[in-house]
Amino acid sequence: MDWRKKEKIIKYILLFFALSSIIFLTGIVIVLFREGLPIFEKVGVLDFIFGQEWYPTYDPPAYGILPLLSASLLVTIGSMVLAVPIGLASSIYISYILPKRLKTFVKPAIELLAGIPSVIYGLFGMKILGPFLKDIFGLPTGLTALTASIMLGIMALPTIVSLSEDAITSIPKRYRDASLALGGTRWETISKVILPTASSGIVTAVILGMGRAIGETMTVLMVAGGAAAMPSSFLKPVRPMTATIAAEMGEAPVGSEHYQALFGIAIILFIITLTFNVIADLASRRFKKKVSGQ
Amino acid sequence: MRDTDINLEKRHSKQKYVFALLGITLLLVLFILGIIIYFVFARGISVINWEFLTAMPKNGMTEGGIFPSIVGTFYLVIGSILFATPLGVFAAIYMTEYANEGKIITTIRIGVNNLAGVPSVVFGLFGLGIFVKFLGFGVSILSGSLTLAIVILPTIIRASEEALMAVPDEYRHASLAMGATNWQTIKNVVLPSAMPGILTGVILGIGRVAGETAPIIFTAATYFQMRLPDSVFDEVMALPYNIYALVTAGTFPSKQIPIAYGSAVVLLSLVLLINLIAILLRLKFSRNQE
Repeated sequence: MDWRKKEKIIKYILLFFALSSIIFLTGIVIVLFREGLPIFEKVGVLDFIFGQEWYPTYDPPAYGILPLLSASLLVTIGSMVLAVPIGLASSIYISYILPKRLKTFVKPAIELLAGIPSVIYGLFGMKILGPFLKDIFGLPTGLTALTASIMLGIMALPTIVSLSEDAITSIPKRYRDASLALGGTRWETISKVILPTASSGIVTAVILGMGRAIGETMTVLMVAGGAAAMPSSFLKPVRPMTATIAAEMGEAPVGSEHYQALFGIAIILFIITLTFNVIADLASRRFKKKVSGQ
Repeated sequence: MRDTDINLEKRHSKQKYVFALLGITLLLVLFILGIIIYFVFARGISVINWEFLTAMPKNGMTEGGIFPSIVGTFYLVIGSILFATPLGVFAAIYMTEYANEGKIITTIRIGVNNLAGVPSVVFGLFGLGIFVKFLGFGVSILSGSLTLAIVILPTIIRASEEALMAVPDEYRHASLAMGATNWQTIKNVVLPSAMPGILTGVILGIGRVAGETAPIIFTAATYFQMRLPDSVFDEVMALPYNIYALVTAGTFPSKQIPIAYGSAVVLLSLVLLINLIAILLRLKFSRNQE
């Protein structure tokens, strides 16, 4: 075969592979909507999202996911309250203060934290953190929104630390040199020059961490407690969206209303994480522009 | 003059406190990592023996070993890597070697980023809808491997892309100047030099697949099996799913929780080992480049 022709064919085959991510993403959207859309027609979009009662197996059933949606948001916000300050502080320390020698050990350790399977975090939350919090607060059960928030916070840490660290270290050296030359201390340089410049990169890190937390399934399934009522306190059991899907899909007959409702939850979840990703993407692009010095 | 001296001293002592606080925070993060690993080993290591690793489970998962879970996880890892590696590497080759920076690359990259952000349980639903139901593979190794392959695809694409981009352009120019076609250059020059980086990505993918639970709950996993699967259309036991099932739905906790801890030790050791290999590979790779 003529080599030009061969090259062209190879190029198109590779293009097809390169488009695989988009094909799968489209596939996910199609499957979710095909299976889940009927529930929106039956219940109504607003009643589905803002309905306060989730009783899928009652007669008549109620398919309101506000308790599940609120639970997801609650534990995600809770996890960020912990993970953002801790993650940011760690990333500053790693990028500016830690000696290079130690850096080669600490960075892989943080990556290891990301490599631990979620079911292991779930086990730890169930058996160690849950009982611990139960004793401290004198609760009837240790599996609560707080327990889930702490575990999700730990799981979001590696994302926030590594991406913030990338953002901080990608700031051109001249920024730091200028500030130090003007007599600023190292901390003043970090807090007044580096961090403001890195802010949009840090925003990307935090949003991707949030995406990780809200989409996390096994940990919340194991430690959040599972009560599908409207969350009223951090110290009570809740049931986030992901946990609901994982816990109930096995019992829902294929094609039933309950099955459709679970796919409906997945649609909402997918839209939320997609939004997070788009925002993170925009922030990251803004940051790259800024660093490259417009 | 003296005023500014005092002021400077204040500023420096403030810096000292802030740095100490930041350092303590980092130590806390490392402490958390340590305590989780310690907890798993402290609870589970006593269960581990040769029989536990190589025997079949007995009496409704209350006695015996976890051999089928280990084998099942192994099958799922192999299956998903077989699908995801060529897909991911070829995608990365197109992105780095063929596409000009522009709309196509941006679109593909947005696709990869968004795929990476999809919650794992949503992958599970997708696998259920497509592989289990629509294509009729049923709850099986095949459905689970395909689902997991999509989960790790972004990891492999990103790692391969990074590895390919790190190959110096001189290599390509030299090969092209000698009359090689673009594809010959990629196959014989670029890919071999990017191999360690690609391998690191694949290894990290293995670590991720071994521990993923939510994508296989509806697509591959079963709780109890007295034999090994003998075809890709069989259900499998898998370490992470079994840990979850034993601690949440076990009917005989006093006997089953220790089995869960033992499985957790095996899974965590596997994942730690895999990550260690990836870290060492990367260290070696970056040293070679310097």
